[in-house]
Amino acid sequence: MSRLNSVQDLNSLREEINRNRESIKKRIRICGGPGCHSGGGVHLVPAFENELSERQASREHMVTLTGCHGFCARGPIVVIEPQNIFYERVSKERVAEIVERTILRDELVEDLLFVDPVTGEKIVRERDIPFYAGQERIIFNDTGLNWSTDIDDYISRGGYSALAKVVSGMKPEEVIEEMKLSGLRGRGGGGFPAGVKWESCRRARGEIKYVMCNADEGDPGAYMDRALLEGNPHQVIEGMIIGGYAIGATEGHVYCRYEYPLAVKNCNWAIQQAKSYGLLGNNILGTGFNLDIFVNRGGGAFVCGESTALMASLEGKIGEPRGKHIHTVEKGLWMRPSNLNNVETWASVPLIINRGGKWFASIGTERSKGTKIFSVVGKINNSGLVEVAMGTPLRKIVYDIGGGIPGGKRFKAVQTGGPSGGCVPDKLIDLPVDYEKLKQAGSMMGSGGMIIMDEDTCMVDVARYFLTFLAEESCGKCVPCRVGVKRMLEIVTRMCGGKGKPGDIEQLEELGKSMKEAALCGLGKSAPNPVLSTIHYFRDEYEAHVYEKKCPAKVCKALITYVIDVDKCTGCGRCRIKCPEGAILGAKKECHVIDEDICVRCGICMDSCKFGAITIE
Amino acid sequence: MEFNLQDVDAIIDHWGPKPASLLQIMLDINHQYHYLPKESIQRVAQRLSMPVSQVYSVASFFKVFSLKPRGRVIMHVCTGTACHVKGGPRIIERLEQELNLKAGETSEDLFITLETVNCVGACAAAPVVVVGEATHSEMTPSKTSALVKQLKEEEA
Repeated sequence: MSRLNSVQDLNSLREEINRNRESIKKRIRICGGPGCHSGGGVHLVPAFENELSERQASREHMVTLTGCHGFCARGPIVVIEPQNIFYERVSKERVAEIVERTILRDELVEDLLFVDPVTGEKIVRERDIPFYAGQERIIFNDTGLNWSTDIDDYISRGGYSALAKVVSGMKPEEVIEEMKLSGLRGRGGGGFPAGVKWESCRRARGEIKYVMCNADEGDPGAYMDRALLEGNPHQVIEGMIIGGYAIGATEGHVYCRYEYPLAVKNCNWAIQQAKSYGLLGNNILGTGFNLDIFVNRGGGAFVCGESTALMASLEGKIGEPRGKHIHTVEKGLWMRPSNLNNVETWASVPLIINRGGKWFASIGTERSKGTKIFSVVGKINNSGLVEVAMGTPLRKIVYDIGGGIPGGKRFKAVQTGGPSGGCVPDKLIDLPVDYEKLKQAGSMMGSGGMIIMDEDTCMVDVARYFLTFLAEESCGKCVPCRVGVKRMLEIVTRMCGGKGKPGDIEQLEELGKSMKEAALCGLGKSAPNPVLSTIHYFRDEYEAHVYEKKCPAKVCKALITYVIDVDKCTGCGRCRIKCPEGAILGAKKECHVIDEDICVRCGICMDSCKFGAITIE
Repeated sequence: MEFNLQDVDAIIDHWGPKPASLLQIMLDINHQYHYLPKESIQRVAQRLSMPVSQVYSVASFFKVFSLKPRGRVIMHVCTGTACHVKGGPRIIERLEQELNLKAGETSEDLFITLETVNCVGACAAAPVVVVGEATHSEMTPSKTSALVKQLKEEEA
C-alpha cells in the first residue's frame, strides 16, 4: 500500500479501485451490525465464500461484511446487488441455496423475502420495504452498503474527498463557516451548534489543541454510535481530521466504551489504514498538515460521557466532572483547548463539506437541521436504527417505519434521551421530533434512543429503573445528585413495593426541582427528568400505586397476584412441579390454587402453563 | 491465570508509563486476569510514579474493574432500557436462582461470575445475555436455563 502524497494521488487511487471492480457481477452484502452479529451474521461470510469458491465463482462475486443495515429485527440480513434483493433471518444452512439459486441462476428464494405485514405481499428490493422507504438515510447511508473494514471500499464511495477538498483549497475559517451554515447541532444530547464550538476552539489560545470524539455511548437503549463506529469508522475519522484542520489541532482522541470491543477494534484498524495511506499522521496528503488520532477505552462509567469527566478520565483520574465556568474548548484535556463532539456529529462532517452547509440546512426544521439517527427499540415490531429528517412526526417513526406495537397492544409512551430524558405519552404521537419539541414535551433528544413502551409497561417501574441506574452511576461529587437520586429512589421503590404514602408524589416533585437547580453537571441536572415527566403525564399511575396499592400495568410484584382460572385449569400439575417455592397446591386432574403467602411472583408457573389458565391480577 | 510481574510490565510498556495510559493499562490487566490483583495495582503505581491511592481510586470508580478474583466464565446480563422493558429483570432473577448467586457475585469454585451491564448496544435483540464474546439474543427465562446448563456441561 503506497502513501498518497497529493489529492491527485487520491483521485487516481479511487479510479484504480473502481476499475478493478468492474469485473464483479454481484455483490453479496452481509450485515455485520450489532443486531445481526448477535444473531450469528458473522458466520455467513465464510459460508458464502466457501460456497462460491466450491463452485469456482469467487472471482466475479464479492462477499462483504457491511456495517449495520438498521433493520435489526429481521437480522441476520443478506442483500444481493445489483438487484438489491433483501433476504431476512438468513442462517448458515440457507447459504448454499442462495448461492445456487439467486447468485448463479437469478431466481428468488421466496421464503427468505420480507413480507409486508399489512398487505401480505412479498417485497424483493431492500429500499421498497416500508421500514426503509420512510427513512431519509444520509449519514447512515453507506453503513450497510459498504465493506466496513476496507479503506479502499470507503475511498471508492468518495471517501476522503471531503478531506481532500478541505486541505487543498479551504481555509480553516471557511470550513468553520460551512459548518455554521449547516446548522449542525451536537448529536450527543446537548445540541450545541458544532460550528460555533469549533470557532471558539480555534480562537482559544494554546499551542497544542485536541480534537476529540465521544464514543462513550452510555444511554441505555441507544446504539447508533456503536453502529457507525463499527460499521463505517472512516466516516467518523475523516470528520475528525477535517475538524482537526479547522480548529488547528495536532492530536485527536476517540473515547469509546469498553463494552463495544468491536468498535474499538474497527476504529483502531481504520486509523492504521488511514495512516498508511498518508491520510492521517504527518504531512497529510502532502499538504504539511499533521494530525494523529488515538483510541482510548472507557471503564464503564456513564458519567464519563460528560465532557469534563471524560477528559479527567483520559488524564488518569477518576471520571468526575468539574464546573463548566471555563469551557473545555478553552481549557479541556491537560488544560488545553479541546473540541469534543460525538460520533454521529463527526460522521456528518464529510457530507456537509462535500454537499455544502446550505444543503444540510435545507433538511429539518427551523432550528434543528439535518437528519437524526434514532434507535427505535422496545415494544415495537421493526426495532432497529432509523434515520429521519428532524421534525418527522413521532407517529411516522412508530407506525410507518417502526411497524407499530407487537401483539396488537396499545402504544403507551416513548422514552427518549436515556436517563436524562423523559417519556413522551401517546397523546403526543403527532409531535414533530426535534430538539425544541422534545424539550417542550419534558424530555430531550439525548443521543437518540427511543424506547417504545406499550400498555404492559409500568411507568413507576420505569422511573425506578432509571433512578436505580442513576444512583449507581452518580459519581458522588455533588450532594444534590448523590443524595437526591438516592432519596428519590427510596421513595419510588417504596411505591413499587406497595408502601407508598400520601405526599410521596409531591415530595418527588420537590426533590426533582431542587436537583435541577443545584446539581453540578448535566447528569445531575437532568437526573429527575424520568421521574418528573412520568409524574406529569402518568400521575394516575403513581396515584394508583400510592393510594389504591395497585399496579395498573401489572408489573410491580408486591402489587400483583397470580391467579389460576378455575375454568381453564385442567389439573395437569405442570405448574405445581415447576414452582420453585412449592406455592402451588392441588390434586391431579383437579383445579390448582396458588398460595399467595408463599408465592414470590417469579412467573414460572405462567410460562409453563399450556392452557393459559394463569393470569395476573 | 497466575499473576506474573513480567506480563504486567509488558502491558505498561505497551502503553507507556505515563498517567494518560493509566486507564488503558488497568483495562488490559483486568482483561488478562479477570480482575486487578493487588500486586498489579502496586506495580502500576510504582511504574507510573503515582500514589497507590490514585490507582486504587480509579480501580474502585469504574464498573469494569474487579478487586476480587472472578470466574472463568463471565456472564453479563444487559440491563439497558430496551432489555428492561422486554423482560430483562426476569432473566436476572432466573440466573440468580439457577446459579445461586446474586448479580455481581462469583461462584465459590471460580466457575462463573454473574454481572449486569448497563447496555451492550444490541437493543434490537433485547433482552440479551453476553458470555465472553458471544451475545445471546431474545432471551427468555427458559432459554436462560438452557444456556446455564450448556455452560455447566462445557465446564465439565
